[in-house]
Amino acid sequence: MNKTTFEQIQETLYLETLSNGLQVYVLPKKGFNKTFATFTTKYGSIDNYFTPIGEQEPVRVPDGIAHFLEHKLFEDEEGDVFQQFSKQGASANAFTSFTRTAYLFSSTSEIEKNLETLVDFVQKPYFTKDSVDKEKGIIEQEIKMYEDNPDWQNFFGLLKSMFKKHPVAIDIAGTVESINKTTKDLLYTCYHTFYHPSNMVLFIVGNVEPEKLIKQVRQNQESKKFAAPEDINRITPEEPAEVAEKKKVIPMAVNTGKCLVGIKEKEPDKQGEDLLRHELSLQLVLEMMFGQSSENYQTLYEEGLIDDSFSFDYTAEYGFGFSVIGGDSSNPEALAERVREMIIKFTNQELDQKAVDRIRKKKIGYFLKAMNSPEFIANQFTRYLFNDMDLFEVIPVLESLTAEELTETMENHFAVDSQLSQCLIIPEGERTSE
Amino acid sequence: MEQTKNFKLGAAGVHIIPTATFKTNTFIIQMNAPLIKETASKRALLPNVLQNGTADYANRQQIRSALDELYGASLTTDVTKKGERHIISFRMDIANEKFLKDQTPLMEKGLKLLSSVLLNPKQSNNKFDPKIVAEEKRSHKQKIASIYDDKMRFANKRLTEEMCKEEPFGIHVFGQEDDLDNLNEENLYEYYKQALQEDQLDIYVMGDVDVDHVKNLISTYFPQNQTKDHSGPAPAGSTPALKEKANEVVDEQSVQQGKLHIGYRTQVVYGDDDYFALQLFNGLFGGFSHSKLFINVREKASLAYYAASRVESFKGLLIVMSGIQSANYEKATDIIFKQMEEMKEGKFTEDDLQQTKAVYKNQILETMDVPRGRIELEYHNQVSSNKIPLEEWIDRIDKVTKEDIVKVAGKIQLDTIYFLKGREALSNE
Repeated sequence: MNKTTFEQIQETLYLETLSNGLQVYVLPKKGFNKTFATFTTKYGSIDNYFTPIGEQEPVRVPDGIAHFLEHKLFEDEEGDVFQQFSKQGASANAFTSFTRTAYLFSSTSEIEKNLETLVDFVQKPYFTKDSVDKEKGIIEQEIKMYEDNPDWQNFFGLLKSMFKKHPVAIDIAGTVESINKTTKDLLYTCYHTFYHPSNMVLFIVGNVEPEKLIKQVRQNQESKKFAAPEDINRITPEEPAEVAEKKKVIPMAVNTGKCLVGIKEKEPDKQGEDLLRHELSLQLVLEMMFGQSSENYQTLYEEGLIDDSFSFDYTAEYGFGFSVIGGDSSNPEALAERVREMIIKFTNQELDQKAVDRIRKKKIGYFLKAMNSPEFIANQFTRYLFNDMDLFEVIPVLESLTAEELTETMENHFAVDSQLSQCLIIPEGERTSE
Repeated sequence: MEQTKNFKLGAAGVHIIPTATFKTNTFIIQMNAPLIKETASKRALLPNVLQNGTADYANRQQIRSALDELYGASLTTDVTKKGERHIISFRMDIANEKFLKDQTPLMEKGLKLLSSVLLNPKQSNNKFDPKIVAEEKRSHKQKIASIYDDKMRFANKRLTEEMCKEEPFGIHVFGQEDDLDNLNEENLYEYYKQALQEDQLDIYVMGDVDVDHVKNLISTYFPQNQTKDHSGPAPAGSTPALKEKANEVVDEQSVQQGKLHIGYRTQVVYGDDDYFALQLFNGLFGGFSHSKLFINVREKASLAYYAASRVESFKGLLIVMSGIQSANYEKATDIIFKQMEEMKEGKFTEDDLQQTKAVYKNQILETMDVPRGRIELEYHNQVSSNKIPLEEWIDRIDKVTKEDIVKVAGKIQLDTIYFLKGREALSNE
């Protein structure tokens, strides 16, 4: 077992990599009632083309299958795993993202039992034709719920206009048509390829004893048999550097329009500290450009183009990355244009050193606040780990970023002519200039 | 559980919860007044105006820059309903300088800024800055209009409007769009002065703090000049006569998924003897993923992705929510009503009850792990005239029996069924 202490934020992290390859992390938190654990596989919606373990030929699986699998794992031979957790006073859940599927529970009692349940149900797939068919009705309603959600439609509309071939543009839950192509055998194929312990991380945060829990997981894993780990062959289509289309307009049953402007990452191949510096740099730059303390925010607000739903973010994983800026607007068309102008103007100016220092402070404070949240720590640590980054390096890296480094990253990223797309949601019945 | 230190500062309540668990300190100020049509829009607009300009910081940009300098202290405001009380909240989370290389006294600076927002607004001749008021009116109107865009929220708003037509609770927490037109920098300022005088004020601080130090800071930055104490028991909310026959309301829109929201009257509010029996009823019926609604509407019938219920603790309502295909309206309502009947007949096991207690207690303990959650629970006892100390909650839950739940189920009556229907479903019928 390894132990690392982070002096400034007063946290200690324990790690053991088990003989089957599973990485187990424990972060003790004194004073908390709750323990939160996530069991995550490096497998998400974008992993839809791969060579199944033990086979030669790659397969293209139906859209939404990683999410379908997430739903189905909650059922085992004895019934519904939710029941088991709630008998033990825990609440359980799961989510599927572009690159990860995470299973989680939180509870204030019976931590060991709940941990055992978590590890066991994820490692015991049980799919039947009937249960797979029954799930289709449930997922269909989940898809329809998102189809009526204008923010979700706006975001995926933007991804579709930025990405031509990359599966990040495919809705995580798939479509009604694609989920109907999902079968029990395909679920097993995906499961056996991506749920090997060596492709997974278990993270536990709470008022717990690390040695005891790690020992428990070690014994649990030693009692099960796993094949030797194999490298997974994922096939990602060649994605052009520039955006697929500049603009998309979607009419929906809404009163207020919405606008998102996206900047597509040109070379999304960074990992490790490079990616961490890059991601934090762009988040700082975006704060300076469009944060609530920026001149741009003040101006857009005074022009009546935004309200407090206006926000921005930069995210990147291996193979794709993008900035997103926008929110509700009575005139989404004009907002998209203003955002574009403001990006051009801002990137042509010198960065204000005072603003850099101020935003750096803000980000450091935010990180400390996030350290109050077991959910944030477990989810983000795992995401960082899958990208070879270290969550506990965030403050040191923020402290080390210089205006020169920010400028270079900014100038490279915001190439509006080739990398900018916009997606607008407009009230049904209205027309735009497109 | 950390003990709360309560004391009075003039007419205001001050509540300090010292704890070493967090890396931040949390301040929350609550302003409590009756929910009435005449003031609803003013109260909803007021915090937006206050947080966008003070005598010390002329506009949003300056306030937000000052917050950034305080290591990204967050300042948020909102308005909520607790039964027929309309609560304005100001919240700030600020880093504890213990974890920073820089040893600035952040807590004092944070309280000073919060005080500037609440007590020292940008004004001249008893008028707010007209530009800020105009901008915030515009933004608030848009926020009201956007409720329509989130179909779950929209359905919830429509159900409440229909169900509580004759009661103050039917007023939306954001107020009315039409009323906004009559508001200006002068009458809003006048209302602000009145609210400071008449609202029940409570100030909460939670974090790794010294109680006496905080007490001193609060009396420095939040001097109290209310002449009357408003902290007496809240007047009982209105309760209308029960309906003979449930009200059915259907709206149509071009949506993919129908939203079915059903409102029941429980006749039980927070502080009542059977309050925890009602909470456990809700847990068994639709509150958790082992509940009857989840299992029967979702898992067995595959009709929905979500089918859940929740309790409106200060108003005595139980609300069921589910997203279904419009054509499945009858099927879904039949299943939901059947689950309600089974609850009334006591068709659940002792094991089911134990399971529900375990999950509900877990939920409460988890809520206490978040400063905002802990303060929210504490605040229950300021709003309600019947108080239940937090230390007693777990014990009270443990004592609830199956009979208690069946008894409380007997009080629950169907009031209104609201359905937001997909337009294309018409052709299927």
